[in-house]
Amino acid sequence: MNSNAAHKPVCAESDAITIAFTLNGKSHTAKVAPGERLLDTLRYGLALTGTKEGCGEGECGACTVLLDGLPANSCLVPAFQVRGRDVRTIESIPAERLGPLLESGATQCGACTPGVVMTAAWIRDHRSELQSFTTRALMAGNLCRCTGYDGIIDGLERWIASESGGRS
Amino acid sequence: MLRIEGLSKLCGAERYLDDEPLEGPLKGCLWGMTVRSPVSRGRIRDIVYGAGFNWSEFVVVTPDDIPGPNETYLIENDQPVLAPGYVRHMHEPVALIAHADRDLLRRALASIRVQVDPEPPVLDFRVPPRPEQIQRGTDNVIKQLRICKGDVEKVFATAPIIVEGEYETGAQEHVYIENNAMAAWIEDGPAGDVVVVRGSMQCPYYVLNAVKHALKRDETRVRIMQSPTGGGFGGKEDYPSTIALHAALLALKAQKPVKIVYDRSEDMAATTKRHPSLVRHKTAVDRNGRLLAQKIEVILDGGAYVTLSPVVLSRGIIHAAGPYSCDHVLIEGRAMLTNSVPYGAFRGFGAPQTIFAVERHMDRIAQKLGISPLEVRRVNLLKDGQTTSTQQTICGGTDRHALLERALGETDYARLLAQAEEFNREHPYLRRGVGIATVLHGAGFTGNGEVYLNSKVDVAGLPDGRLEVLAASTEMGQGTNTVFTRLAADAADYATDDVLVGMPDTFRVPNSGPTVASRTVMVVGKLIERAISDLAAQLGGGGSPLRGKALKDAIIAWHRVNGGGSLKARATYTPPPNVKFDDKKYIGDAYATFAWGVCVAHVEVDLRTAAVRVLHFTSLQDIGKVINPTLARGQVQGGTVQAIGWALSEELKFKDGGMANNSLTNYIIPTSDDVPPIRVLFHENPYEHGGGGAKGVGELPMDGPAPAILNAVAHATGCDPLAIPLTPERLMPLLEATP
Ligand code: FES
Ligand code: FES
Repeated sequence: MNSNAAHKPVCAESDAITIAFTLNGKSHTAKVAPGERLLDTLRYGLALTGTKEGCGEGECGACTVLLDGLPANSCLVPAFQVRGRDVRTIESIPAERLGPLLESGATQCGACTPGVVMTAAWIRDHRSELQSFTTRALMAGNLCRCTGYDGIIDGLERWIASESGGRS
Repeated sequence: MLRIEGLSKLCGAERYLDDEPLEGPLKGCLWGMTVRSPVSRGRIRDIVYGAGFNWSEFVVVTPDDIPGPNETYLIENDQPVLAPGYVRHMHEPVALIAHADRDLLRRALASIRVQVDPEPPVLDFRVPPRPEQIQRGTDNVIKQLRICKGDVEKVFATAPIIVEGEYETGAQEHVYIENNAMAAWIEDGPAGDVVVVRGSMQCPYYVLNAVKHALKRDETRVRIMQSPTGGGFGGKEDYPSTIALHAALLALKAQKPVKIVYDRSEDMAATTKRHPSLVRHKTAVDRNGRLLAQKIEVILDGGAYVTLSPVVLSRGIIHAAGPYSCDHVLIEGRAMLTNSVPYGAFRGFGAPQTIFAVERHMDRIAQKLGISPLEVRRVNLLKDGQTTSTQQTICGGTDRHALLERALGETDYARLLAQAEEFNREHPYLRRGVGIATVLHGAGFTGNGEVYLNSKVDVAGLPDGRLEVLAASTEMGQGTNTVFTRLAADAADYATDDVLVGMPDTFRVPNSGPTVASRTVMVVGKLIERAISDLAAQLGGGGSPLRGKALKDAIIAWHRVNGGGSLKARATYTPPPNVKFDDKKYIGDAYATFAWGVCVAHVEVDLRTAAVRVLHFTSLQDIGKVINPTLARGQVQGGTVQAIGWALSEELKFKDGGMANNSLTNYIIPTSDDVPPIRVLFHENPYEHGGGGAKGVGELPMDGPAPAILNAVAHATGCDPLAIPLTPERLMPLLEATP
């Protein structure tokens, strides 16, 4: 698996931290450098390249993963902090569920898309608890430069309607 | 038809360059980084490599390592690949370093000091340069262009009413979400080693020409491949040539694969942006608002090198008079050399800037005459048979007056206007307004550009009977592959599953021209149709061209007979009949056809904060035949939101000539919560010379929103905004000065 490992941050063996966490439903251990970002652990350490980097500073949401069930910008999360926690990435979402987003034109260039899908999945699973917010407000943490957002918002609403009641 | 690669993008399986496993050609790949100029202009005294690093472990490339001319091949080749002892803009590439450990490389890069003896830079394109600031010719003018129709001065001498105005637009950063990324490696080939470059790009053949030129190789020893590209918008038109050369130089020196992946701050600071503009209008009108003479001066900030500025200026001036009929027009344009980062291609390519000016100006003419903004457009909108500023006779059957009336009807414009006025009487601090813009966009390359490009497309019949489209046109999110598949399937009467679109690779695909200028579906799409009918005719052996199953069977049969052979048909561009342009005098058919649009914006201004919010936005577009409604709508919606950002929030701040807010934290692009749903309406009038009857759609959406929104703000508040981005900081003083 570890095909991109050569580009993972390196550190002295004595500084490396070993962490155990749940990744996409399976328990996992990883050795990480003290300053390593969760984003790099996923992309370069574990070859889970579905999670993208758009800005590296918590603005664009391209790196969104679910951390203990909540959307988080993995570029801002130090990898060692996920010890004992639950991490879900885009690789855990089955393609066959994404039809509504495909049909609505939710993706164009695709660079923002995995992050958009992770936030959308969270909104879909919790829509009833988030009643007081519009889907537009809830999606505002994910920048997209291609779609103008209509394709994303329509797709999310169709997704909610098509799977109402179901959970991932 | 659904987007072909859509599911792969949605589930994160699409592999952009930085997602590729470091196996095969990328095994042992080093990271490359760029040493950049710390000042806007000056002579490099020294490059000091920091202490504490074992520099023998690093690969270092300087201008001396460039095998051929130190030039980035484009229009004038004046931009060096690496600054040769003299820098002309902040963040200009000076040297390159590579190492396997990215963190170490970052620290090493930070330790490098480029010492420069500064010289006085030009940082404001609007003011004439002082003698010590002259760096090109006698006046820093990169390019000067002129369009002249009739005799404006004669009209001005007796004109009843003259309206003048001066309009400004700011720079804009593309913010494609995938940053620039490029990898290079060396392979063995029959004629010696081959430099292979793969990465995020719009125009593989631009990259090929640039790499060939500076590395002094022919096209058998340079191979350029596109990887899935996460957005471009013009930002990956010319700059990828620079990054490709950087990666190739490092790979040649290291004799190892090298990957350069910009982070956001580097991408924003160092790469091209939309040209800032200053446009002056002087217009003679009669009491009904009829345009009698238009005199327009267009000045663009070209930045530190020529790059694409002459062509951006060209498109800018051709669109400067708007979609109106006027017998006397004089347009003078110039692009100025400054010591900013070179400005480059950005969706619309000069047209949004000049259309912003003319569309604000039309509203100000109406205001001065006391007539409505609709009236001034109704009186002047081009009718078929009338001519543009370049004396191109407009034809094609689209009724621009009917487009305007349809947009007004569909938006219930009269009611919106009345409601806004009623709302404004009651509300203590919110003001609503409605604005329109009527726009045009020339589809394809300007003038004889398409003829010079001489684009080619191959269609191959595969042994299993499927068809493969081979073109250099890139998919970067706009839907090239999906639309090409549809057009090919329709032309051959095939199922879409039986059509493949090959990934652009200069060893495999012919040059179908750059993926720019809203030309892909219209021009290249048409070539695909022609190549297929050619293939079908070839196999039909003089009888009627084969289609569907008969074609498939014939392809399979051909391969049985010619085992291992390659069955291909090629189509080469031929211009539509009677299109003639004199590119010295700027007279004639500037474009084979135009796309037309009407935008209606409904805004709300908060008088306390000077914040502008777009409440509703409608865009009506005539783009010929719509091939794929979801994709076409997505282009309009995405372009509109990008234009809303340009109009209201996207402000580049400069410090010493470099971008100071080079991060998404303080360069503000719209979020989903900042914009309303964008309502898209199409007027379908098939264009016979376009693929599937289509004209261009990529850029038109960028043209109308900024002026429509500012016209709406003027209506809402009574103030007179003339410059964008109309940030609260810019609007507040205007509101304070408005009674
Ligand atoms: S990369 Fe993490 S928010 Fe942009
Ligand atoms: S699809 Fe390109 S940034 Fe969202």
